[in-house]
Amino acid sequence: MNSPDHAAPGLPGLFAERAGDYRAGMHHCTEDELPGVLAGLLAAAAKVVLPPGVPAAWTSGLAVPTLLDDRGLTAADLDEAGLSVLTGCAVAVAETGTIVLDAGPGQGRRLLTLVPDHHVCVVRDEQIVADVPDMITALPDPTRPLTMISGPSATSDIELNRVEGVHGPRRLDIVCVHPAI
Amino acid sequence: MSRQLPIVAITPFPQAAAHELADTQLRANLGRATRTIRDKRARVVAEVADWEPMRDRAAAVKDEVLDNLDELLARFEAAAVAAGATVHHAADAARANAIVTELVQEQQADHVVKIKSMATQEIGLNEALEAAGITPIETDLAELIVQLADDTPSHILVPAIHYNRSQIRELFARRMPGFTATSDEPAVLAGAAREYLRRTFLAAKVAVCGANFAIAETGSLVIVESEGNGRMCLTLPETLIAVVGVEKLLPRFADLGDFLRLLPRSSTGERMNPYTSIFTGVTAGDGPQRLHIVLLDNGRTQVAQDPAGRAALRCIRCSACLNVCPVYERAGGHAYGSVYPGPIGAILSPQLTGQDAGFNKTLPFASTLCGACYDVCPVKINIPEILVHLRQTGPKPAAERAAMSTLSWVMRDRRRWRAALRAARSGSAPLRLIARRHGGTLRRAPWPLSAWTAHRDAPLPAAESFRDWWRRTHEQS
Repeated sequence: MNSPDHAAPGLPGLFAERAGDYRAGMHHCTEDELPGVLAGLLAAAAKVVLPPGVPAAWTSGLAVPTLLDDRGLTAADLDEAGLSVLTGCAVAVAETGTIVLDAGPGQGRRLLTLVPDHHVCVVRDEQIVADVPDMITALPDPTRPLTMISGPSATSDIELNRVEGVHGPRRLDIVCVHPAI
Repeated sequence: MSRQLPIVAITPFPQAAAHELADTQLRANLGRATRTIRDKRARVVAEVADWEPMRDRAAAVKDEVLDNLDELLARFEAAAVAAGATVHHAADAARANAIVTELVQEQQADHVVKIKSMATQEIGLNEALEAAGITPIETDLAELIVQLADDTPSHILVPAIHYNRSQIRELFARRMPGFTATSDEPAVLAGAAREYLRRTFLAAKVAVCGANFAIAETGSLVIVESEGNGRMCLTLPETLIAVVGVEKLLPRFADLGDFLRLLPRSSTGERMNPYTSIFTGVTAGDGPQRLHIVLLDNGRTQVAQDPAGRAALRCIRCSACLNVCPVYERAGGHAYGSVYPGPIGAILSPQLTGQDAGFNKTLPFASTLCGACYDVCPVKINIPEILVHLRQTGPKPAAERAAMSTLSWVMRDRRRWRAALRAARSGSAPLRLIARRHGGTLRRAPWPLSAWTAHRDAPLPAAESFRDWWRRTHEQS
């Protein structure tokens, strides 16, 4: 299901290439294939954290327990080993391979995509815009808490060697959903 | 001033630079770092077709901010307060430190977690908090390294670039509670910092941050980072205190389109940094429930009054000018004696403090005026022009003033000037024999000219002036 023939041309293709440059895991599928792809990516998780508003279809194939955030989850709860979080995004940027979360449905509080060690994010082709200025104008409400994510967290502070995963999730998987051909 | 601010050089630059130049490890690390970041920057800047027009737009937006500072500050404050933030105004460093200290004490916190911030370094906030019995914990990996070593940063972007991996491992073993790793692999060291700081983040009640941009239209703050320590500080503690220089404003949210393209490419040479957080006031159930914004002046409105120097306030702290500067690349950040090093530091520090502070008047001379800094600046600050402006307006030694006014008197009159040249020619005639061996220049002159010949050869006056030569060869017939 990661076959390159799923990769779309134009903005979705550029987005996938650029996000891949940051060493995010890139996956491609159609709407029908999505539950299976997500089940595969999350098969090793101890639990999957879900923000409110994640479509039921996304979790229909999961064989592991889920943890819905009803705002009762604390940072300590989320710091448990082996947690993954599954979200969508508000908009994505092709030129920079960036996903933007704005706390809307299926994205949740900022805490959820920060403390767990593994983040899986679903991006639909129609959510991808060309560049950062387009993204800024595409945001429905700029006063919501916004997080722009370009690859997993990283540092180059020691002898300029890039090390992925300092404080945020060490693994970021992006699932690009393309229309069925 | 009770205490010297960390933007005041306490040693003249030439002396400090000579000391730093003796450190070969530092020079090797810096050379490698600046070269690597320089090349990465050039690659990602070349990808953007309208880079130059974008620089012009960004410079214009920042000038608009400086022209309308009071109005935009009022707009920012109104929007931030409406969104649930509390806004404070600090005229100087002492006031800002007092405000932050009181706010931390109000929460009965004995420590705070910090995001790397130039503004809090500029005011010496860590020292002020420590004096009040509050422990500030730097959470950026490089800043943590520097803090554990009781050292100061040497580069805005990569503050610990003067340490290598084995030095860092040794430091962690000595100063980081619970550190047991024996490897000095960067991934292992970063992993140790993750473990250590994760416990700290989960327990912290108060965080302190700066801001890369403050949006007047919406009252939002923007924080650009790589590691995720910023997101931790902005999300986990109940109370967040942001110290924001007044020049960080942007008028409109849409202005971010250009600035978020310019900053990461200029700074780390990435298309986009891993994490950018934008938040507006307080959001119920998500992040800190108490947000304090301290708007810091500390000399900025004064600088904004000087039409020839104010462009320094456009600076977005990307550090691109450091990486291209031949002086910075060799002397390193510590030589500038300020938290703002390199070309931008050489124009910013003396303007913020006034040139009379410490040895800040020596900083505008820490440049060859080659102009590389101007070429890479994303907000088009003409650094060489401001360096020259500060050299001209800075305090001068009495001897130099006397020499210059004499010279000006001589040069103002054609006859006086001709007589002076004639005197110089005949006076220097005996030296010409010595100088002939070195292509007509003098290697070593007696005091006071020795100040010149210590670093350069001194050319002797020509044996014949152009006018005399013309008369001899063209007017005889």
